[in-house]
Amino acid sequence: MTARRSPWLSLAAFAVYFFLLGPLVIVAASAVSDTEYLAFPPEGFSLRWFQRIFEVSAFLDTFWISLQIAVAGTVLALAVGIPAAFALKRHGVALPSWMGTFFVLPILVPEIVFGFSLLRSVSVALDLPIVPTLLIGHTVIVLPYCVRVVSASLANFDFSAQEAAISLGCPPVRSFFAVVLPNIRAGILAAFILAFITSLNNVPVSLFLIGPGVSTLPIQMLIYVENFFDPTIAALSVLLMVLTVVVMAVVEKTLGLGYFVR
Amino acid sequence: MTQSLSLAGIDAHYGRTQVLFDLDLDIGRGELVSLLGASGCGKTTTLRLVAGFLPPSSGTVMLGDQDIARLPAHRRDIGLVFQNYALFPHMTVADNVGFGLKQRGMAAARRRSLVADMLARVGLDAFAGRYPAALSGGQKQRVALARALVIKPSLLLFDEPLSNLDAKLRIDMRVEIRALQQAHGTTALYVTHDQEEAFSISDRVAIMEGGRISQFDRPEVLYRQPANAFVARFVGFETQLPMAVTARGADHVAVTAAGGASFRLDPADWGGLPDRFVLGARAEGLRVEAGEGGDGLPATVHTRTYLGRQYQYRADTPAGPLTVTGGMTAPLEEGERGTIRLNPEQCCILPAAA
Repeated sequence: MTARRSPWLSLAAFAVYFFLLGPLVIVAASAVSDTEYLAFPPEGFSLRWFQRIFEVSAFLDTFWISLQIAVAGTVLALAVGIPAAFALKRHGVALPSWMGTFFVLPILVPEIVFGFSLLRSVSVALDLPIVPTLLIGHTVIVLPYCVRVVSASLANFDFSAQEAAISLGCPPVRSFFAVVLPNIRAGILAAFILAFITSLNNVPVSLFLIGPGVSTLPIQMLIYVENFFDPTIAALSVLLMVLTVVVMAVVEKTLGLGYFVR
Repeated sequence: MTQSLSLAGIDAHYGRTQVLFDLDLDIGRGELVSLLGASGCGKTTTLRLVAGFLPPSSGTVMLGDQDIARLPAHRRDIGLVFQNYALFPHMTVADNVGFGLKQRGMAAARRRSLVADMLARVGLDAFAGRYPAALSGGQKQRVALARALVIKPSLLLFDEPLSNLDAKLRIDMRVEIRALQQAHGTTALYVTHDQEEAFSISDRVAIMEGGRISQFDRPEVLYRQPANAFVARFVGFETQLPMAVTARGADHVAVTAAGGASFRLDPADWGGLPDRFVLGARAEGLRVEAGEGGDGLPATVHTRTYLGRQYQYRADTPAGPLTVTGGMTAPLEEGERGTIRLNPEQCCILPAAA
């Protein structure tokens, strides 16, 4: 198989990589610049901006909040999303058709609109504290990812295996845990990671819900950039990239990345 | 402990659509009964109802002397074998087979020995540690069979278990299923759309149509003496001619068919004929011979087809166009006139249409 490669195809591939990875290279390079401002190409070499991240307590505090909300929100979304995906796949024909659409709605509604309406309806009207409101917001925005990815893995599952388990004396609920869940484990893990990263990166919804003393890391980064123009933010971006790469590497090792693009 | 199964007055609905109509079915202990019919006839619905995955709207499902119609599926003690095997992909062959025993709380050591025994019986002892993905279709179905049998169920249900296998394997597997069912003496209900499969494996066969049982009898009876036009067509009596008796003599009965053609039939061959009836005939039951006159149905043949053992013709007759067969010696030419005679072995008598 010696497919002749068109020069245009090579050029297009190069352009994609250039525009995709170029900015990341610039950010990474700026992070080690020994200047008080963002500089590219970097002038000198220093790791002090990485050190500075850990001296800004707002970064650590908001990272901790972001992490908690991402984990809790994803777990909540899975707790709702897995049964929902199961019901949609298993009993889809018996359910009204809007139900399938219902769980992807949060993707269709602009997040900034959703964030604002959540502010009006939950924060202001119900007078809920900031963290629970953030949690509700993040749970809702990651729910579609959970439902879709789990649905995709249920599509390959043969439900007669569950009926077989039931006929062999396993009660329906236990059969779900004994037979269904182990076979969609990969999909649940994939959904977890996708939802976790989505939540960790979210700006538009969080923007409306944060308040005095409570913020998320992406918002804190925005605020920092408004006030300071030093390479700390580039260094923090590098750390976040590393975190993402580590997460993806774990996924690749356990599931194979092909899982996402299938 | 295997049990008899008795369905009485079963109605079932999917939503507002009624799919089973006042169904009665009795299966004796240790008997294998097939439900046979085209897709949509209600045979799989009946099986799912017995398994407990579809509640009947009315009627009773007696397993032994217990009505299980309202019992949840997991408490029915019924072994189920599916068309697509339905093995647990994340478990080894041994764990698949042992699953039912585990649900019954059996100790691991005893479970292992029962599983090993059962796997040996289906010839898969060497595969105990494999996962289903590493098995062929026939091996998967053997695992499914072992998994259903090892719990010593009151009743075994088969839902088209051989449909996904190739033709040769299908025949081997159906012999194997029959042998295992006989060896265990388990009562079994077997759903299939394949007539040969149903007839070869079953003690009795229920032919279903439109959510009702058309006829329930031994395969020999169904094949030779169908009770109605639907079953007759199902077992190959494609030609169905309404007839009326015009005269009864000591050694013959004179009948006329639609279109005015008349026959003389020998009562020794045909038994007691009602005054009006429908004659069902397979193509082999209508034999065309050269020459006119005598007792047969006059015909003009066209479209001759060579089938190897015999010729088949389309023939124009006073009773309409028919498919008939002719012998290998002196075949008729297309357009030639001949006479159709009846072979009682390949014909049946059906009640006249109301």
